[in-house]
Amino acid sequence: MSLRWGSIAAWTPGVIVAVCVLGPWLLPDPPAADPVHAALLPPLSRVTEVTFADGRTRTEPVAETATLPADDTTTPSGDRIVRVREARLWLGSDRFGRDVLRDLLVGGRVSLVIAAGAVLVALLAGLTVGLAATSGTGWIDGAMMRIVDALLAFPVLFLVILVAALIQPGPWALVPVLGLTSWMGLARLVRGQVLALRGRGFIQAARVSGATSHQLWRWHYLPNLVGPVGQDVALRAGELVLAEATLSYLGLGVPATIPTWGSMVREGHRVMLDGWWLATFPGIAIAVLVISLAATADRIAARWRRAG
Amino acid sequence: MGVDRTVTRQILRRLAMLVPTVWLVATLTFVVVQAVPGSYADAIDHPRMTPAMRDAVRTRWGLDRPVHEQYALWLRAIATGDLGTSYVTRRPVSETLARALPPTLLLAGTALALDLLLGVLLAVAAARRPYGRVDRLLTVLGLGLYGLPSFWVAGLAVLVFAVGLGWFPASHMYSIGADRLAAGHRFVDLLHHLVLPACCLGVVGAAGTARYLRASLLDLRDARFVTGLRARGIPERRITWLHTLRPALAPVVTLLGLSLPVLVGGSVVIESIFSWPGMGNVLLTAAQARDVPVIMAITVLGATAVVVGNLVADVAYAIVDPRAREAE
Repeated sequence: MSLRWGSIAAWTPGVIVAVCVLGPWLLPDPPAADPVHAALLPPLSRVTEVTFADGRTRTEPVAETATLPADDTTTPSGDRIVRVREARLWLGSDRFGRDVLRDLLVGGRVSLVIAAGAVLVALLAGLTVGLAATSGTGWIDGAMMRIVDALLAFPVLFLVILVAALIQPGPWALVPVLGLTSWMGLARLVRGQVLALRGRGFIQAARVSGATSHQLWRWHYLPNLVGPVGQDVALRAGELVLAEATLSYLGLGVPATIPTWGSMVREGHRVMLDGWWLATFPGIAIAVLVISLAATADRIAARWRRAG
Repeated sequence: MGVDRTVTRQILRRLAMLVPTVWLVATLTFVVVQAVPGSYADAIDHPRMTPAMRDAVRTRWGLDRPVHEQYALWLRAIATGDLGTSYVTRRPVSETLARALPPTLLLAGTALALDLLLGVLLAVAAARRPYGRVDRLLTVLGLGLYGLPSFWVAGLAVLVFAVGLGWFPASHMYSIGADRLAAGHRFVDLLHHLVLPACCLGVVGAAGTARYLRASLLDLRDARFVTGLRARGIPERRITWLHTLRPALAPVVTLLGLSLPVLVGGSVVIESIFSWPGMGNVLLTAAQARDVPVIMAITVLGATAVVVGNLVADVAYAIVDPRAREAE
């Protein structure tokens, strides 16, 4: 991959975050969900949202060339129309007539927050265990690493399915569940890096010349940990996005009332034959995010190697 | 002689780790199950369950005893090979597992074989001309399969190959009424049903294997022994298949061992999508019903499989790469 593509890909996660966070504010309000008249409309559909005097709304597809009724008119059946609004369903609507684009952005927020929270938990746990292992005696180190090895042998999805099924989670229950099942790799990485650094000449030189342990950590260990840990965190974030999506797809993650990319694919597969767009767009969103996170990880690794 | 000894020692050491590892995993599962408030007695979803009936259920399965007593009982039972009785079906757990294990082994085994076979073929094709057309196609494909969720790919496969083209059945392991078919036809029916789930599980893995093996092959491309072989006029194809593939495969074998938890987990998703009557589906059902004996048994089995798989991978590594033996 050329450098330009690499850097574009590396910035994509940031762009996705920005779009999901700002998108729902910047976009015009979606038309009211109308499960009777506006269900399963294909992408790019043009719809009108009609508000009646009694507060009811009705959203229905209209032809591209059709002229819309004016505000403050009365339909042939005698209903008084207060307001007529035109909207476009860029990514179509689901079987309840909801705007897929809006759900994609709002669902993306949920997926991103869960993944970010879980990464943070994993980072904290991994750093703590990894650093504790290197600062303890050999015996503690050995015991801790055996435990980490044992946990690595655990089919993580088993545990996550188990916990998710047991606690009927709210959206945020997934954060500790995912975070506490994915810190082991980080702990090993941190431990390995610190042990490797400890033997390097510049650290020994610093120690011999009387650097305090605070100085050693501040100026020598931590700056050299940022690269590998950053790379690992970016890759892990992608894995956690996939894990959250998988759980939501299985119906075990976030409650069905909150859209996430995984549950949108689940919904889409239910009506696969009537609406290809429902599963397609969230699936692509997940893929783009995960792949670009991998690119970010590559980029961090490359930059760190150049600096180091 | 010395070689055999180190390999044996390696195996013995890993075998010694097996029991504590599985114990740790099982205990962790036990803690998790106990830490969540409520038990099977509370999870029974029936409008006519009275509190008294729930209490009776609790007493029946010993759920009212102190946690440490339950733990001791369970540990004693499992140490003697007794997996317990399912709360829901009231049949021995071993019976349920005996029924669910063969389908899972078949699915995961086929997927693993497909993973390795396809991975090797693709990697060799890509490494022949690095950054050539095949290589670039493989890179894009590999990236796509890395990022796309497996359930999404599986859904697409069902849509295209089962619904659209009608080549393969969309779910289950046998057609309806297959039990009345002759053994040969029954087997063909099984294979027919196996194609889609095994491909969904295997092809995703193959993309990763191929990427890894390609890098591994390219590393060896300018090794001294390869230059030597080339100088002796040995055709490139022969060099690849007979000389560089074996050392290049060594790290891939470890990778396959490490990816076992992923395979085990991934088969849960694929089994759920294709209604494959294996362990994954049993686990999902049991987890929702809080059928603890079944959950515990499957976790213990899964962890054992992963540890043994890693052991096998390590031994295979030692066989493929003599340097690993000396490093011991």
